[in-house]
Order: sequence, then structure tokens, then C-alpha cells
Amino acid sequence: MGLFAVVFSGFGLALLAPWIVPRTGRATGWILGLLPAAITGYLATLVGPVAAGETLQVGVSWVPGLNVDMAFYVDGLSLFFALLIAGIGTLIFVYAGGYLKGHHHLGRFFSYLSMFMAAMIGLVLADNLFTFYIFFELTSFASFVLIGFNHDEAPSRRAAWQALLVTKAGGLALLVGFLLMEQVTGTLQISALLTMGDALRDSAYYVPILLLVLAGAFTKSAQFPFYFWLPNAMEAPTPVSAYLHSATMVKAGIYVLARFHPVLSGTTLWVVLVGGIGAATMLLSAWLALQYTDMKSILAYTTIMALGLLTMLLGVGTEAAVTACLVFVLVHAFYKAALFMVAGAVDHELHVRDITKLRGLKSKMPITAAAAGIAALSMAGIPPLFGFVGKELIYAAALHFGPAVAAVTVVSVLANVALVASAGLLAVRPFWGSLNEVTKKAHRPAAGLWFGPAVLAVFSLGLGLAPWVLDAAVLGPSVGAVLGASVSPHLALWHGLNLELGLSALTLAGGVATYFGWNAMYTSAPGRAFERWLGTGLDNGYDHVVNGLMAFGAWQTRLLQNGRLRNYLSTILVTFLVLVASAAVHTGALQWSPSVAGIAVQEWILGGLVVGGAAATIFFRSRLAMVISLGVSGFSIALLYLAYSAPDLAMTQFLIETLTVILFVLVLATMPLVREQLSPGTAVRDGAIAIGVGGTVTALVLAVLHVPFSNPMGEYYSQNSYVEAEGQNIVNTILVDFRALDTLGEITVLLIAGMGIYAMLGLGRALTPEELGGAATDAPAEPDAVASASSEPAEEVS
Amino acid sequence: MRNSLILRTAARLLVPLILLFSVFLMLRGHNESGGGFIGGLVAGTAFALYAMAYGTAASRRALRTTPQALLAAGLATALLSAVIPLFQGGAMLQGLWAKPLGVKVGTPILFDVGVYLIVIGITLMIVYELDESGVQFFPQEPHPASLPAEAEESA
Repeated sequence: MGLFAVVFSGFGLALLAPWIVPRTGRATGWILGLLPAAITGYLATLVGPVAAGETLQVGVSWVPGLNVDMAFYVDGLSLFFALLIAGIGTLIFVYAGGYLKGHHHLGRFFSYLSMFMAAMIGLVLADNLFTFYIFFELTSFASFVLIGFNHDEAPSRRAAWQALLVTKAGGLALLVGFLLMEQVTGTLQISALLTMGDALRDSAYYVPILLLVLAGAFTKSAQFPFYFWLPNAMEAPTPVSAYLHSATMVKAGIYVLARFHPVLSGTTLWVVLVGGIGAATMLLSAWLALQYTDMKSILAYTTIMALGLLTMLLGVGTEAAVTACLVFVLVHAFYKAALFMVAGAVDHELHVRDITKLRGLKSKMPITAAAAGIAALSMAGIPPLFGFVGKELIYAAALHFGPAVAAVTVVSVLANVALVASAGLLAVRPFWGSLNEVTKKAHRPAAGLWFGPAVLAVFSLGLGLAPWVLDAAVLGPSVGAVLGASVSPHLALWHGLNLELGLSALTLAGGVATYFGWNAMYTSAPGRAFERWLGTGLDNGYDHVVNGLMAFGAWQTRLLQNGRLRNYLSTILVTFLVLVASAAVHTGALQWSPSVAGIAVQEWILGGLVVGGAAATIFFRSRLAMVISLGVSGFSIALLYLAYSAPDLAMTQFLIETLTVILFVLVLATMPLVREQLSPGTAVRDGAIAIGVGGTVTALVLAVLHVPFSNPMGEYYSQNSYVEAEGQNIVNTILVDFRALDTLGEITVLLIAGMGIYAMLGLGRALTPEELGGAATDAPAEPDAVASASSEPAEEVS
Repeated sequence: MRNSLILRTAARLLVPLILLFSVFLMLRGHNESGGGFIGGLVAGTAFALYAMAYGTAASRRALRTTPQALLAAGLATALLSAVIPLFQGGAMLQGLWAKPLGVKVGTPILFDVGVYLIVIGITLMIVYELDESGVQFFPQEPHPASLPAEAEESA
């Protein structure tokens, strides 16, 4: 039960947050942070048992027929990530309370944030492929609403759409990959599936499975060439960026790679694809980071660099590499969350994030500056910080990777050189030196704003001095889970004078040189070109794809939805005619033996009225007469229902006819008075279609009557209506009990149709402020294309 | 059609009766002819009649809420009735019945109430929006008692 609470309490808080937040005043962040803190505490109690080799499993059957369960389990890897998510989450909650203090949508914000955390925890604990997929998509959804939190700003909306489209596309690929995995292994249970690596690798579907799963992981964790969405995602409020970059969302992609590492790795394709793409992403983004002056942009690109590095290490896949990977996940989470919170604190105080404008903030925000300094030292990999331990491990893994020592080592060093320079840009430039015009106005930030970075700084320092505390408790089980083997890694701050240390020194020297040469490099032509191609260039590429899609949509909408009712009806009816008539003729099903015996006089009269009313409609000139004539037909049908003892149908028909008259009058009043003159050819064509369809339906009904009639369903309902559904009206028990799911679907469609009507008719008039408040969503990139497609003039109904 | 005294007087008397009748139709639906769909249509017609007599603004006021809210409330009610059985260990949408104080109540009736609300919502959504989006066939506010009748033009 504990695990269910761990996963679903966040969703519970998401429901309650809008109610709690206004009641907590200034302490909101601290109070709501109790939930992630409690989750962290609970998960921490599992560290011992898991390190001793236990795994926890809980689950309830969800769709038993398809083996879909809501199942969770805890092993070393999932516990590692869950602890990180809940732990960083606690700090983010506190920070968000301070950062967004007094925001009018704070309740909504915490609602989304809890959902984000819960989705992420559910993802890492999932034990069923479908559970996994659902939480994977929930993280995309939660990040969508969070990135678009400032929904009245166009860049936020665009960034939110971009993140959603890119990660959802990957999510769909992942789903197909999962389905193929299930086909091969016959199980949806992840813990069982993880033991079937050989079956997967030997199967004919291995390559498609790998490509699909990688598509999901690479889009989610912003690998080349999909990384463009991540820098845009910083449109989100800073607490979200800090969380999204350090512990959630992008780490979901890394988690996918790590989770399925035991069954998908071990082939050349894995090493080339995962290692290659990771290395490319790492190198490109590390240097792209130096092409920006916005603190959050620099941080975003260094996140991509970190993700590329993690991906590359998982691609390498040796024990040293996986150990380095998981250590670096922690290193990165600690310094990245801290630096984002620092950037947010600076932004919060000054509303400036441009490093060329910030100077000397050290004296104004000492704790923030100290936390930033420690985080940046860790980022740069300087002893005795945790980052140094991580970097030594990375270099060790690179130097011991037989197939491509030189490539991996050179790429790692080059990327880390840029990372050192970025660390300098983020923590030295804005905080050292003397105050300038901009920074003079800074205030000391509230406790909530420096609490998180300070705690994380303590972690970066503490784990750097005593990294071995992680060995058996955390790293052993998690690295073992990734490798599918039992390992006992050992971390240390000091490894003696070796090649790794030399590379670290080289990196530091290169980084410092780059930092001092930054001004020249940033403004140089090759630097700008580099950014134009791989930074904004990829982003623009996304726009081209989306615009192309919209243009295609507009084109096919104009073709198919051309606004002429006559064309719609003709298309539908001719399709029906061709398909049904050809099928009927082909199968020879059209047989009948018409007999008029047994038709009562009143039935003749009603039938005559139905046909007569419909036929007369064609010949009337006045629209009102047409409406009345159609009404005669409709009411006669209702009477026919009554004659055949179907009172519910008759009643419904009567009511619909009545309403139709009202609606017709409303619609006809808007019609132009001059009617369109039909050419004789059109009239003949339409007449032929109408007669053809009417004839086909008549023939079908007669053919149905020709077949001996047996109605087991009808008998079932009449026998069980009262026994099973406690009702004597069979029609009603079918609607609300036997087939209630159908009805539920239908009323949902009604609701959607209602929203459509509201949107279409509401567009024509000015909305009241109240209505605007409720409908402040926007179309994706090109609202104009959609609007122009749907606002084609409608043809008259006649 | 505008500003007809007979229509206004009749509407004032008929609308409450029709609404009462619609509830009656909905509730009897389980055993006799009727049900949420029919009841909802009848209730929708009642408000449409009121709109014909007094205009959509007056009808909206009489409704006391928006058609959108009715749609949302209706679907929420139906979903609620769908998930209640889950808490009793049953399947989604399974009918649960009880007889407190001798009155038979069950989740299918709640479901029907949801249908009832949605049908009213969609009916009025169409009627109100069609009229307000440019037709303005129903009486407008301030109601045109002082203006000459314009029935000829609008027909």
C-alpha cells in the first residue's frame, strides 16, 4: 500500500492544492513541501532493504483481459530515481512558494507541480509497460501545462506546444516499441521482461524495437536533433525549469535507456546509436551554451550537454560507464537545480538574466552567491566537490572503453572544457566584480529562494568529501539493475596521480582559457553561425515541419470541408451508395418477396404522409413551407413508431421534430432571400443520388425482412430488464444500464459538439470578459490557418 | 412572433409545468416511457419557449446557469454514477440499487440525471447561440414593447 500512496498522493495533492494554497499564506511552499519530504522519507526507509537485495512489488489488476496492471516495483534503479525526484521535489516546492509568492494562479501551479512529481515517480516505479507508458505521457502532459503556465504569453504557448508535440511523438514511438516487446516476450511485466534480454536481442523485431524505444527516449531527454524544445521550455516559471532539467521529464528519457539497458544493450547498434547520438549531443550543446548570454539559456544547453553525456555513457555500457552515469545523474541534479534556482532568484530580484548586464551581486545576495559558487565548482569538476568525483569516473570510463578510447575521451574532454567555461559564466560573472547600475537595485532574497540552492550546495560538498557513503546503499543496487548483474562500485575523492587527474587538469586549464576568451568567441562570426545553424536553426526546422503540417491540413480541409453542404451530402451518400450497392450485388444478398397483405389502413395513410411530406418539400418555393412539409414527414414517422408500439421512440421523435422547427426558423432567418438557381445538370445529378440512396435503403430493408427473423438480443433484454437492471422500460434499461458505456460515449460526443457550436457561433460576436476568462486557450502555431479554413461561407441548406 | 402577449402569458404559465413534467418524465423513465433523454428535450423546449416569449437573455437568467455548465455538470454526474460501483468492488457503470425509506434509488437513475442535464445543455447551447450569433429572432432586451411589431420582417 505504501507504494500506491507514494505514487498517488501527489495526484491527490494536485486535486487539493487549489483549495489548500489560499489557506496557507506565506508558508505555502514549506507546507506543501511536506508531501515530497514525506515521500522522500518513506523511500529512504527502503534503501536498506533494497541494498540487501530485496525488491518490493505491488499491483492491482486493471484490464485483466489484456494483462494490463497498475503495478509498481522498487529495485535499485527505480529507488535511485524516485528518491531524486521526491528529494529535489521537496526543495522545488519550497522554492516555488517563495518564487511565485502572491501569484494569482499559485494554487493551479502547485496542482500542476504535484502532478508532475507524481507522474514522474509513477514512471520510475512502474512495473507494467502500460503503467510505464501512461506515466510517461502524464509527464509530457504535466510539463505541457507547466511550460505553458504563463499562457497569456505567446512564447510560452509555443514552447509548451513544442515540448508536447516532440515528446508525444516520441511517446507514441515508445508505445509501439513496448507493444513489439510484448509480442516478443509475451509479458507486459517489466521486472519479468528484464530477464529476457536474449530473447529480445535474437528476435527479428530487435532493430525496430530498439529504434522505437530510442525515439521515445531521445525526444524526451532532448538528444540531437530533438534538443531544440528544451531551451524553449525555460519559458516556464523558474522552479519548473529547475525541476524539469534536474530531476524530472528529461531524466525520464535517461531512465528509459537505463531501465531497458539490460535487455536492449549489448549490440553494436546500441553502442553506435546511443553512444554516438549522446556524444554528438554532448559536444554540440556544450559549445552552444557559450553562445548565449541569458542565464537560463546557458543552463538549458548545459542540461542538454549533461543528457548527451549520460546517454553516451549508457551507450558505452561498461560497468565503469554506468557507474559514472548514475553518479553524474546525482552530480548534475544537485548543481543544475541549484543554479536554476539561483538564476531564478536573480531574475526574481532584478528581472534581468543577461550575464553581460549582471555584476557584483555577491555583496547583495551572499548566500545565493555562495550556493552558486559551490554549484559551479561542482559543475566545473573541481575538488573536493562531488562534480570532481563524477568527472574522474567519466574519464575513467572513457579511458577504459576499448573500441573507441580516443573518440570518447576527446569528446568528453572537449565538452567538459566548455562546461567549465559555462560554470564561470554563471557563477563568476554575475556575482564577482563591483555592482553596476542594474545590480545596485538588488535585494536580499527571501529564505525560500536560497534554501534550495543552499541545501544542494551542502550535498555537492558533502558527497564530494565522502562519496563512499553512496557505494553500497545507493550505487551498488542501481548500477546492478542497469547492468543486470551484481556489482560493488567504490567511489573515492582521490585516486592518486593518474591519467584521469591529468585530463581533469587539462579540462580546467582549457575551461579557464575559454572563459577569458569568451567575449571574443561569443561575438565571432563562426560562433554566431554555429548558433544560427544548430541553435535557432533546429528550432526553425521545427517551425517548418509544423507549418508544413498546418498547410497540408488547410489544403485538405479546403478540399474536403469546402463549406458546401450539398457537396458533403453528395460525398457521403455516393460513397454509401457505391459501397453498399456493390457489396449487395456482389454477395447476392438482395432478395425479397414483397407482399402488401397485412398492412393496416392507418399504416398506409401514415406511410403515404411520410413519403408525401418528403416529396413535396422539393417542390415548394417558400422555405417555411418546406419546413412544414418536412415536419409532416417527421411527425408521421413518430406516429408510425407509436403504431408499432415504440412509445419512447415516438416521444423522442416528436420532441426532436418540435425542436427542429425552432432551429430551422432560427437558421432560415439568416439565409439570404435570393435562392441559388440550380443548373439542370446539378438538379438531375442530385436527384439521381437521392433516388439511388432511397432505393438502396428500401431494397436493404426488404432484404432484411426476407431473412427469417430471430432476435435473441431482444429476448435477452425483455427477460432480464427487470431482473438484472431493476427496470421495466427496456429501452431505458438498455440506455442507462446494459449499454451505459455507449450512452456515456454518446453524451460525451454531445458535449464535444456543444463546445464546437459554442466556439463556432461564439467567434462571430464579442465575448464577455467572463467568457474570455474561461476560454483563454489558443490554437497551436498558426491560428489563422485554422480559422480561415472553418470560416468559409456556409451554403444555404435548401 | 415578437412581443406577443398571448405567447408571453402562456409561456409564464406553461414553462413551470413543462419543467415539472420533464422531471416527471425523467424519473418515470426506468419503468414507463420517458427517461433522461426525453426529459431533457422537454426541459430544453421549455427554456426555448421562454426564450421565444421573453428573449434569450431572460431565458438565460431563468436558467440561472450556462448551458456550458449544464454540459459539464451532466457529464460529471454521469461519470460519478459510473465510478461509484468501483468503490463497492463492482465494475464501472454497474448498476447499484438501494431502498432507503422505501424509495428505490440506484446509480442508473443518477446516470439518467446526467443525460438529462447534458441534453438540456446541448439544446439550449444551440438555441441560444444560434439566436445570439446574429439571427436575433427572439425578442431583444430592452424588450421592444414600445416599438412597432416587426413580425412580418423576421418571418
